Amino acid sequence: MTDRPLDAAGLRRRTAELLAAHPPAETSRLDFLRARFDAGLAWVHYPEGLGGLGAPRSLQAVVDAELEAAGAPDNDPRRIGIGLGMAAPTILRFGTDEQKRRYLKPLWTGEEVWCQLFSEPGAGSDLAALGTRAVRDGDDWVVNGQKVWTSSAHLARWAILIARTDPDVPKHQGITYFICDMTDPGVEVRPLRQITGEAEFNEVFLTDVRIPDARRLGEVGDGWRVAQTTLMNERVSIGGMRLPREGGMIGPVARTWRERPELRTHDLHQRLLKLWVEAEVARFTGERLRQQLAAGQPGPEGSTAKLTFARLNQEISGLEVELRGAEGLLYDDWTMRRPELVDFTGRDAGYRYLRAKGNSIEGGTSEVLLNIVAERVLGLPPEPRTDKDVAWKDLAR
Amino acid sequence: MSTDPDLLYSEEEEALRAAVRDLLTDHCDAAGVLARAETDTPYDPALWKSLADGMGLAGLLVPEEWGGQGATHREAAVVLEELGRFVAPVPYLTSAVVATEALLACAGEGTGGTGEAGEIEAAVGLLARLASGRTIGVLAVPLHLGADAAHPAVRVENGALHGEVTGVADAAVADVLLVPAQDGALYAVDAGDATVTPQVSLDLTRPLAAVALDGARASRLGRAESAVRRALRAAAGLLASEQLGIADWALTETVAYLKERKQFNRPVGGFQALKHRLAQVWLEVVHLRAAARAAADALATGEDTDVTTAVAQAYAAPAAVHAVEEALQLHGGIGMTWEHPVHLYLKRAKADSIAYGTAGAHREALAALVDLRPPA
Repeated sequence: MTDRPLDAAGLRRRTAELLAAHPPAETSRLDFLRARFDAGLAWVHYPEGLGGLGAPRSLQAVVDAELEAAGAPDNDPRRIGIGLGMAAPTILRFGTDEQKRRYLKPLWTGEEVWCQLFSEPGAGSDLAALGTRAVRDGDDWVVNGQKVWTSSAHLARWAILIARTDPDVPKHQGITYFICDMTDPGVEVRPLRQITGEAEFNEVFLTDVRIPDARRLGEVGDGWRVAQTTLMNERVSIGGMRLPREGGMIGPVARTWRERPELRTHDLHQRLLKLWVEAEVARFTGERLRQQLAAGQPGPEGSTAKLTFARLNQEISGLEVELRGAEGLLYDDWTMRRPELVDFTGRDAGYRYLRAKGNSIEGGTSEVLLNIVAERVLGLPPEPRTDKDVAWKDLAR
Repeated sequence: MSTDPDLLYSEEEEALRAAVRDLLTDHCDAAGVLARAETDTPYDPALWKSLADGMGLAGLLVPEEWGGQGATHREAAVVLEELGRFVAPVPYLTSAVVATEALLACAGEGTGGTGEAGEIEAAVGLLARLASGRTIGVLAVPLHLGADAAHPAVRVENGALHGEVTGVADAAVADVLLVPAQDGALYAVDAGDATVTPQVSLDLTRPLAAVALDGARASRLGRAESAVRRALRAAAGLLASEQLGIADWALTETVAYLKERKQFNRPVGGFQALKHRLAQVWLEVVHLRAAARAAADALATGEDTDVTTAVAQAYAAPAAVHAVEEALQLHGGIGMTWEHPVHLYLKRAKADSIAYGTAGAHREALAALVDLRPPA
């Protein structure tokens, strides 16, 4: 093909053609998104026929800018983050052609929301110890177990699921990766109320859920390797945002400081300035990481983003509650809700303080991340392992 | 802010780093630095000659038409990183950055000069000498002063200077002293016309001295205030790169040692309590690198310079001290010995945390710069 649109100009032309054929003002949101997917402009680095054009990933920004300027609707990526950031790359890498054709389009348009059934009450940092069982029965697998920390489970049509298919081999070897239908009668979703008062997450109970073998991703027993793709993409998507000065959690407290001189004390002033400096340096660090990636020199610095962001969010929001004094003793609302989106900086200081406590736990605890830095970046000896050569069924639990 | 700072190292900057590191590896080993520190000549004149004259590094910040290399703070920062990594006993920061910046202000780089034509000519002449590396210049203000602090000034009588300034870093090796006087001018004084007395200093590799002037002959260079301010701001910003070199040495050295050192029949680097401490230091070094690059770039471009240099120094000072303090603790008893070089780095890092304004002083400056005012 001579006019393969791999460059920015080609993508602009394709985008203009899409806009001409489907003027956003005269097209329903969903029709536009479907047309965009079919035009290969959903995620240009995906293959042709699956919403992309096999173009460099960096060129997506060109398409996004053109579409935004034209007032085109987007797919509300924050609402479908797990699908876009975790399920899609895994399906792309390990899915059959049929699976890719079936799942990727409605995933991208947001018609089908995805959630993730990985963590369990007994398998947190040690995810590979998970005990949800999947037993083969004819063309199906019968799944029983309990999953936890599942955001969007109450909205989701599909889940990515890892379950134990062979308890007689060491834990990493007996796991298989599935796509689970969240509308199956054996799937029960219960809100899990958090310290903020709301239930952003769920517990998911799986009782005799039948999953056709056609919804398996990857080989039987290879689920841990498949899950690595999912988890790697999770780490990439955390902490990757570009921020202006005072763009993060430091913004609200700096504004409060400026607007409310009567709240100021010397002690708070010193602590605020110290955190302001740290937030600004963290911003430079994120910016440097982005520049390294753009220059094709990815470094291990990516591991720092979440560690720093967790600690700073906690300290800054804690300071803000204290700064507010008498008002810091109040809370905006303890009503139990099930929000569709998570906004760490939304609501009042008290909410931010409580929600930020999760930042050093979710997506890998800070302690586990420090182990990863020490072992993979600094090359220090690994933690002693007593579980490597032991069958899963014989592990202590 | 109009553009994002360039926080990476260019290929040329990496090549410069490699050249400086090669030279220091061959000519600046820790044992030699330590042995020299207790003699009458703690400085290494041969090393200075190789760096300043041989490699032309003393003139990085000086435009080519004034005899320099016409490079920027980004390159000088890379040199300082490597000098920090070796705690090299050479007056690079004091002469090639601080005194040079003061002279650049007087010579009118960017601003058109602050004095008479003859004074500008004198400043340009001195710049060329400093850029060659064959003359060492030192700004005669105490090392602890930041750009916002009031600096001492000596008396002027009949064109001669009278007074004393203590705590002046590297004054003992200076050929020329740049002295702020009470008439608001900056003067050049030949070191031979001053009495320079070394002070027993915390930092063995960047010692201080007292400068006494008793009717010293002096030539005016221009206005002192703007020159001193510019010099000390650049010093604070680029010191962050020296601190990065120190911290990176401390981390690298400690990680290597803890992989070798065995207790309880295993490398002590495998104990999680120590792994987490080293991972934390690594995290701080990563942040320090971004902050130091941002400051160097801001000094080079003139964009957002006051805030960025203050942020960098407010972060760098405690981070470098922490890295070396952790290195000492994690080395155990050997880290407490005179023989092991970690104390040279501790002394430098601690002195650097006071030099050109403490972290607290830089945070105070930020309070005004970014409108986070103290309580009334």
